[in-house]
Amino acid sequence: MAALAILAAVPFWVSGTFYVNIASQILFYAILALGVNVLAGHAGLVTLGHAGLFGIAAYAAAKIMNAGYGHVTVATGALAVTLVAAAVFAVLALRGTGLGFVMITVALGQIVWGVAYRWISLTNGDNGISITGRPSPLGLSLTTPARFYWATLIVFVMAVISMAIFVASPFGASVRGTRDQPRRMNALGYHVWMIRFLAFLFSAFWSGVAGLLYLYYNQFVSPQAVALTASAEALLMVIAGGSATLLGPIAGAGLVVVIKNVASGYIERWNFVLGAIFVAIVVFMPEGLVPGAVRLARRVRGR
Amino acid sequence: MSALAVRGLEKRFGGLRVTADVSLGVEAGERRLIIGPNGAGKTTLFNLITGELRPDGGSVTLFDRDITGVPSRRRTHLGIARTYQIITLFQGETLLRNITLSLLGLSRLRWNPFVRLAKRDGLVDQARATLARVGLDHLAERPLAQTSYGERRRAEIAMALAQNPRILLLDEPFAGLSIDERRDVLRLVNEIPRDVTIVMIEHDMDVALDFAERITVLHFGKVVVEGTRAEVVAHPRTKEIYLGE
Amino acid sequence: MSLWVVLAVNSVTLGGLLFLLSAGFSLIFGLMKIPNLTHGSFFMLGAYFATSLIARGFNFWAAAVVGGLLVAAFGGVIERFILRRLPGAELAQVLVTLGLSFMVADVCLMVWTGDPIRIDTPAGLRGATSMLGMGFPTYRLAISLIAVIFAAALWALLDRTRLGAMIRAGVDDPAMARVVGIRVSRLFTIVFCLGAWLAGFAGVIGGPILSVYPGLDQEMLPLALVVVILGGSGSLLGSLVGSFVVGFLYNFGQAMFPELAYVVLFLPMLIVLVVRPQGLFGRPAL
Repeated sequence: MAALAILAAVPFWVSGTFYVNIASQILFYAILALGVNVLAGHAGLVTLGHAGLFGIAAYAAAKIMNAGYGHVTVATGALAVTLVAAAVFAVLALRGTGLGFVMITVALGQIVWGVAYRWISLTNGDNGISITGRPSPLGLSLTTPARFYWATLIVFVMAVISMAIFVASPFGASVRGTRDQPRRMNALGYHVWMIRFLAFLFSAFWSGVAGLLYLYYNQFVSPQAVALTASAEALLMVIAGGSATLLGPIAGAGLVVVIKNVASGYIERWNFVLGAIFVAIVVFMPEGLVPGAVRLARRVRGR
Repeated sequence: MSALAVRGLEKRFGGLRVTADVSLGVEAGERRLIIGPNGAGKTTLFNLITGELRPDGGSVTLFDRDITGVPSRRRTHLGIARTYQIITLFQGETLLRNITLSLLGLSRLRWNPFVRLAKRDGLVDQARATLARVGLDHLAERPLAQTSYGERRRAEIAMALAQNPRILLLDEPFAGLSIDERRDVLRLVNEIPRDVTIVMIEHDMDVALDFAERITVLHFGKVVVEGTRAEVVAHPRTKEIYLGE
Repeated sequence: MSLWVVLAVNSVTLGGLLFLLSAGFSLIFGLMKIPNLTHGSFFMLGAYFATSLIARGFNFWAAAVVGGLLVAAFGGVIERFILRRLPGAELAQVLVTLGLSFMVADVCLMVWTGDPIRIDTPAGLRGATSMLGMGFPTYRLAISLIAVIFAAALWALLDRTRLGAMIRAGVDDPAMARVVGIRVSRLFTIVFCLGAWLAGFAGVIGGPILSVYPGLDQEMLPLALVVVILGGSGSLLGSLVGSFVVGFLYNFGQAMFPELAYVVLFLPMLIVLVVRPQGLFGRPAL
């Protein structure tokens, strides 16, 4: 709770549009990471295809907007499309367990990428789709970085609250139960498949919201957004930050976005760094950075 | 009244007939013991009864209702609960939370994504009461990882009791316990009221015989001896199977 | 030559290449339960290595074998020093192999630059061969033949040798295999290196047709995934059948529905997943 309050207070100290933009990015990627964490962390279902859902939301929104509809329609339409896609993904991916699940999500993510890249009449291929304008809730324009940041912050807080409620709820406990002892959960009367399916949809919803924010932020979406690297980065955010806490994915998103934006100023080979970070974290800090840092801090304090 | 009836149950793995034409009937309130050497198919029989395995033939009837086609999670709602030979509790949770999860399994609440689970007093109190039944309420807030093996075995039983089953299937509840611990668990089991029918698998005869009213002996997937405790103990085949091994 | 025949020949060729690529992936996944997301990188790396070797005067086939060996060595290092530290940790293995694939991709970009590099068809296999009154590109026929030879060799390895028996035992029941005394860790390294060699070798012999370019790894990996999902992991026959199915789907799909090429490819995979999740020839999950 305290950590949340601190994060919320940060915007007051930010100066310079570059950093405000970074902060906005951290926020909506954090929403994506929280969404991925529902599946990877709480349900124990590692996913490497979530950029697909993120991207579907962005592309759907772009197309609906360019067809001339208002922002409310855009948002609801895009999220509806995302949920339908997620339902299909979930039914297919849940045919496998553990490893099978991961592989199927990779394949599904690649299909979305393939459509984005090749089905040019639908997605404009590599050229991507541009939009103009951001929503103006209550008549307030969001074109300035600061305004956009505030709006994103509000959505972010809603996402965090939603996650907190989910985690503390009976349904959240059910989801974690299916991660730890699926066989026992079944014997206790739980519908394991349905629990996982619903967790998938919940995860997809927030990933879709993040995709919407991404579109509004960039005013543009291209196949880059749905590449395997994008899904990998989302997973890295969860792994890096640690999946057991609420703060973990948020911190992970912060870390990845900062490194990506700052490092790419100095290092040309961002992919190499990304890969190396993956390997390093996996080998040295398997529970993630947040728990790992806590562990380190304890050792330093001599407990 | 018949609590559980199994007729002509068959299960094959590859070419192996793990369960071979097994039929048995357990009366309501009965204390039935199933014994047999390793590989006799005892746990497989339990898995067939709970529905975790689908039989290749035969039927399972619960209080005169055919449940052969009913999925295992629904059988729990019909009153079957079981414990496992290998402890399958939720490692990262407290004892209280473990039992709460068990209680939740039968409640509509398990789908609720809005309320706070920890604040559901009714559920929490019930969980504590169940822990008290097995003598573990003083450890309610203890994480499972910090409990002893004996305490976990009792927690396993608590998980099953929490669901107020009509039939309780205990799979080797005494495995790995010390003599004192076994006596404790036996007392616990004997204290369970007669509205619960109990079927127990055990490998170790000492403590289990105390519990049993009727015994079924399995060997190579078949029922070879069945009867009251006295009958089975005296039966020449029983001696053959256990001493000849 | 009619379009269909051309497509058919190309499909068989692609199928052959895919078989070499995915047989290794399937074995690694079937035996070690490791989803080796670096496998696409192995393919690309083999091809890149070969371009350098050929530039130094190696002949094509030597470059193919040696390129494969270099990749196998790299694979061995990965297995021995990284993957072996993560037994059973699926998430970790996925991440590590993915991370390594990113690193390899960038290193290749640094060393060989971003321009596609063509590997010349080996002398002696250029031009066309006449069969059944039609001319077929000789090299493509050669690839198909090579794939068949390797399929037979792998089958013989799995079916006739002690090593093969150990591999099959490990795929069927790893716990039991350990109990029986099979040196599982050494077996794993051997299988991983073998899979890596096959992928690298495939990358080289695919070179004259596909060329080498950044992104080749990301293109080949999903194809291998589809093959293994279709055919079932751990099954050689599954890899073979799956490879040719994918080869045909990819080529005919590209030709007939260019915008939907990926969909045509993954749709059967999805159908198989729904109808028979363990793949056409895989083991049913317990």
